[in-house]
Amino acid sequence: MWAIELPPFVPFFIAALFAAFTRGWLRSAILLLTPVLGGLHLMTVTEGIYWQTTLLGYELTPYKVDSLSLIFGYAFHIAAFIATLYALHVKDNVQQVAAPLYAGSAMGAVFAGDLLTLFVFWELLALTSVFLIWARRTSRAYFAGIRYLIIQVLSGVILLVGLLFHAADTGSLAFGAIGTGSIGGWLIFLAFGIKCAFPFLHTWLTDAYPEATPTGTVFLSAFTTKVAVYALARAYPGTEMLVYIGAAMACFPIFFAVIENDLRRVLAYSLINQVGFMVVGIGIGTALSINGAVSHAFNDIIFKGLLFMTMGAVLHMTGRINGSDLGGLYKTMPRTTIFCIVGAASISAFPLFSGFVSKSMVMSAAIEEGYDWVWLMLLFSAAGVFHHAGIKIPYFAFFAHDSGIRVSDPPINMQLAMFIAAALCVTIGVYPSMLYSLLPYDTGYNPYDATHILAQTQLLFFSALAFVWLNLRNMYPPELRSTNLDVDWVYRRLCPGIIQGAVARLAVIGELNNALVHKIGALSPTLARQFGPDGALSSTHPVGSMVKWVIILLAVYLILSFI
Amino acid sequence: MSNPDIKHDQINDDRVYFFDKPRNVKILMQVFYALCALLVVLDFVINRYTYHPLENLWAFYPIYGFLGCVVLVVIAKWMRTFLMRDEDYYDKVEERRLQEISPARAHEEDDHVGH
Repeated sequence: MWAIELPPFVPFFIAALFAAFTRGWLRSAILLLTPVLGGLHLMTVTEGIYWQTTLLGYELTPYKVDSLSLIFGYAFHIAAFIATLYALHVKDNVQQVAAPLYAGSAMGAVFAGDLLTLFVFWELLALTSVFLIWARRTSRAYFAGIRYLIIQVLSGVILLVGLLFHAADTGSLAFGAIGTGSIGGWLIFLAFGIKCAFPFLHTWLTDAYPEATPTGTVFLSAFTTKVAVYALARAYPGTEMLVYIGAAMACFPIFFAVIENDLRRVLAYSLINQVGFMVVGIGIGTALSINGAVSHAFNDIIFKGLLFMTMGAVLHMTGRINGSDLGGLYKTMPRTTIFCIVGAASISAFPLFSGFVSKSMVMSAAIEEGYDWVWLMLLFSAAGVFHHAGIKIPYFAFFAHDSGIRVSDPPINMQLAMFIAAALCVTIGVYPSMLYSLLPYDTGYNPYDATHILAQTQLLFFSALAFVWLNLRNMYPPELRSTNLDVDWVYRRLCPGIIQGAVARLAVIGELNNALVHKIGALSPTLARQFGPDGALSSTHPVGSMVKWVIILLAVYLILSFI
Repeated sequence: MSNPDIKHDQINDDRVYFFDKPRNVKILMQVFYALCALLVVLDFVINRYTYHPLENLWAFYPIYGFLGCVVLVVIAKWMRTFLMRDEDYYDKVEERRLQEISPARAHEEDDHVGH
């Protein structure tokens, strides 16, 4: 029975160790079998506490299983398998070792029963994933990775301070509902918010994900933000502020996505948009909305992974990822085109695709609980996500004007990974009950009624019509080689600029000082001679001479005392 | 930093593909318009229940979807006027900083093809 007690992250860490020393088919087999066996084993695990220990008087629970952590565990195993298969051709040791470590850290975080264990895996997520960015080995990736690491580690440090406050308040480190009633609660909320890419804290994601390797981004898109969603769902369900934060997250990135040229950065913005739906679901806090948030996280891991895989395939085969350089690839990459369209249909929540069966839950919950404006914002962003992720990505990569690039579909392992993800998107869309049976609550929700299907289809078709109309009128913003400023401008340009300015000011003050010294010298040659270099009053004296004078003084004092 | 990853140059290809024929594009678009029209008509046929008063409006979802996207694109285009910079806006400064930190590194990079 020992296997039951083995936490899910352990096999991944062992696999990473083996991956460092093996090559070829043996390494491929180890890397692929780990998520398969781990996933099969996880299906036999029932809810409960499997590992408990005590540290400095605090009870730690490094391995705890309940329905919420289980569904994330399943999703992470599926994602790890698909992404590993997708990256199987990669010879780079750094990536092949970092990837299972990263996946394992995510498993560790979702099965953590206490905040200290969560903190350890929270930081491990950052440390292991950054190598998937650096492995691109460009200077852009190097700097983006450093910024990513700083922000992620900062999130961990805030989590640590928060959990110390929390432990002092409550006397317990248990990872359950926390709420924003105390300083500790707020700090932990902020730490989760950074990893969850709340507005103004989101730029690490759109900065770093598009700079990672073609295969690395697939891993990145699955784990970090979803761990944060899981943590919010566990600690802050029903926190009303999350509804508004989530609505903002769903809306603002789509504007950036429309004008962004790098297609993987478009996907990074739409990742924030999708996480926004989950955050709204957590904020509403009813059984239906939590189910919606969790199932949308599950689906998003697969369809966002699929979209990143198709764009990774384009990057891998053509070496280009800017919308302005691509177009017409459907001619020689037909399979990738189809996979991309399936991913696009899923993220856009077309009926019979996976996004539909989860997104509609959050929307229904918003309207049931009377969040009218939030519902309208979500509806707007649902139309917008189709516009940028559903149409723009496939259109500019595979259709649009012919770029003249003729490359074949990617290697077979990449195609297979994309096929599995696409098949899952359709299967979950057609048989949602499979997914619903894993959810934490039983709500008897049915997405397939005439009202929902018609409303969603109308919304999407007329968003597409808007795209067509804007294109025909030449009003659609063309893809331009450009950088769009976002909040990261503050720490990439504004702050360094201020610091450089301050340093320059100090240098000026220093020069003024020097000039002043010369002026004084000119003013009084005598003073300058005494205090200047080699002046009598600025000369240094050896310690010995000091001692000599002290002895003389003491001797004089002694003599005087006798007189 | 120019594109370090580019591997394939454009090649001449004289084959005619599906969407190269204007007729195919035209058929596709006509099917699409017909579907749009059908969806609006279905609004009157299917007796749907509503949660929100707005949903009772005539063709609420089609109009909201269409206008929403037009507004989205118009605002996004306007955002370009103050957010858009050169492609190497950040790179210029960061490349220089890399030169200062480690001149050797700055030279040897970008030989890789990104995977």
